[in-house]
Amino acid sequence: MAAYLLRRAGQSLLTLVLATIVVFAGVRALPGDPALALAGEERDAATLAAIRAKYGLDDSVIEQYWAYVTNTFQGDLGRSIRTGIPVRDMIVGALPVTLELSLLALVIASILGLLTGMLAAVRRGGPSEWLANGIALLGLSIPHFWLGLMAILWLSVGLGLFPASGHVPLLSDPVANLHHMVMPAVILGTGLAAVIMRQTRSSMLEALGEDYVRTARAKGLRERQVVGVHALRNSLIVVVTIVGLQLGNLISGAVVTEQIFGLPGFGKLTIDSVFQRDYPVIQAVVLITATAYIVINFAIDLLYSVIDPRIRVAGGAD
Amino acid sequence: MLSVRDLTVSFTGEEGVVCAVDRVSFDVRAGEVLSVVGESGCGKSVTAMALTRLLPPYARVTGSAVLDGVDLAAASPRTLRHVRGKDVAYVFQEPMSSLNPVFTLGRQVTEAVLAHEQVSRSTAEQRAVELLDLVGIPGARDRLRVYPHQLSGGMRQRVMIAMAVACNPRVLVADEPTTALDVTVQAGILDVLRDLRTRLGTAVVLITHDLGVVADVADRVVVMYAGRIVERGEVRELFRRPRHPYTKGLLGAVPNAEARERSGRLLEIPGLVPVLSEQPDACTFADRCPRASARCTEHEPPLENVAGHEVACWHPHTDDENATAGRPAERSSDA
Repeated sequence: MAAYLLRRAGQSLLTLVLATIVVFAGVRALPGDPALALAGEERDAATLAAIRAKYGLDDSVIEQYWAYVTNTFQGDLGRSIRTGIPVRDMIVGALPVTLELSLLALVIASILGLLTGMLAAVRRGGPSEWLANGIALLGLSIPHFWLGLMAILWLSVGLGLFPASGHVPLLSDPVANLHHMVMPAVILGTGLAAVIMRQTRSSMLEALGEDYVRTARAKGLRERQVVGVHALRNSLIVVVTIVGLQLGNLISGAVVTEQIFGLPGFGKLTIDSVFQRDYPVIQAVVLITATAYIVINFAIDLLYSVIDPRIRVAGGAD
Repeated sequence: MLSVRDLTVSFTGEEGVVCAVDRVSFDVRAGEVLSVVGESGCGKSVTAMALTRLLPPYARVTGSAVLDGVDLAAASPRTLRHVRGKDVAYVFQEPMSSLNPVFTLGRQVTEAVLAHEQVSRSTAEQRAVELLDLVGIPGARDRLRVYPHQLSGGMRQRVMIAMAVACNPRVLVADEPTTALDVTVQAGILDVLRDLRTRLGTAVVLITHDLGVVADVADRVVVMYAGRIVERGEVRELFRRPRHPYTKGLLGAVPNAEARERSGRLLEIPGLVPVLSEQPDACTFADRCPRASARCTEHEPPLENVAGHEVACWHPHTDDENATAGRPAERSSDA
């Protein structure tokens, strides 16, 4: 187990290093001389040389990369070209909003997807399965942005149940925060809920036909235990894989959802920085997104080995 | 103790109705080993599952299976749940897939205890250790934290048996318990079953197609063919004087040095077990039977006592035939 973890951690670290190289090279590849841009009107050779010296632009590419990496890992992501605010502060402000939104969406989607998926599998052929399948198909087909706009139109503008946009920090007023977050989280979670539901249904149906489920019944266990423990635990292996693959979509979905609901999150920061050509911010945003993917994948791998003991041993020392 | 009468099971599938078990009746007496024998597809496993209705919901079960005055065929799901594992327990054919791969042995065995007994988790765990010990698993306490994939097939089958006997069931149904195992391992499992019968007084319904296993452990034998019982009797009697041509054929198909010397090859019963959609008024074996006559295809032979044990055949083998001719399928050996 320890060897397996170590190997996976090594792989993740390698991917992270590759990500920094891509981000670094990407910015280098952009047209234009940064010294020229920084110098503004005073473009005499002395000023340019001074700027190059100050920002280390004369150093070799290797040295520049090293400086970039060490700064990044020390938490120095530079300053925004537009506002002059440290990029780190901008991200620290935006990240919690997105994390809360995604986490809430994930929780809602998992609960909804697992329950309806199990129901559809157990009540196979009945009206419940029809209903669950129909809702899942809708959830998959309807785009977030449209659903979001409709929700605003109906639930916010029409019925006045939820605020149409805006955000209250979680720590200052948790209730108001949730009130603002619920609708975006549900909208963001619908697609994922549908995917989880369909996957749960199919892997559950498979598990219910397995010999160990018959064994569980033959022991005299309650149907609730047979389905909810013996069959579910085995179906989760597949479901977790799919959820892991879908979390990437959740991140990109958050970008759209935050834009619609005016949430000052990471997605909004990304879009704003791209529109304003704010390179240091773009650079940081891309790197952090890449890191998020890597961390999520690592976490999913860990989760596998918790759910499925066979993986634990296959990669482990025993 | 367990009395099965006219048990009939039919499945409605996409290709219509299939009658898997047709009016099967038998008794299981306390502490005996009753063996149900037949080819694949003859309905023996379905019969076993039907006892506590472990069959899928689209199976239609009629008839009765009375255990200590309770008819299991008519019982509520709640009653059945209390019977399963406590009064009637099962050991299945595939020890590889019959244990849940994601739970430890300890969890799976204690679960069997906790399903029917109001005891604490630690008591149940202690009981699990005793059970694993009982079925001959070395280092039982350490095995509690082990997962099924870390054990050999024979060990897994022992775990299955330990789970099955967790609540001292009256009847243990073992459905091909040794088929998936090596011969040496097989002997060990049979020893465990025999030992449990003696120690706990559990009646064992042993379902198998292996006549060697039957000869080894069974007290009485029920021979099934195409969903019906064709012959029934005490094991030595039935092996010595098989009456039904099908039983005779089964015995002839057992690898045997003597038969090989005579004909050079194993004797087989030509043809396959038919899939029946109805309950015909005929002998279902007639198509494959060397002794079949017009009567066999027109009337179903009743299960009747013919000198020593019961057989459902219009032309049963006589003692003289059994003494002299030897094997029935020899008609095909010259071909």
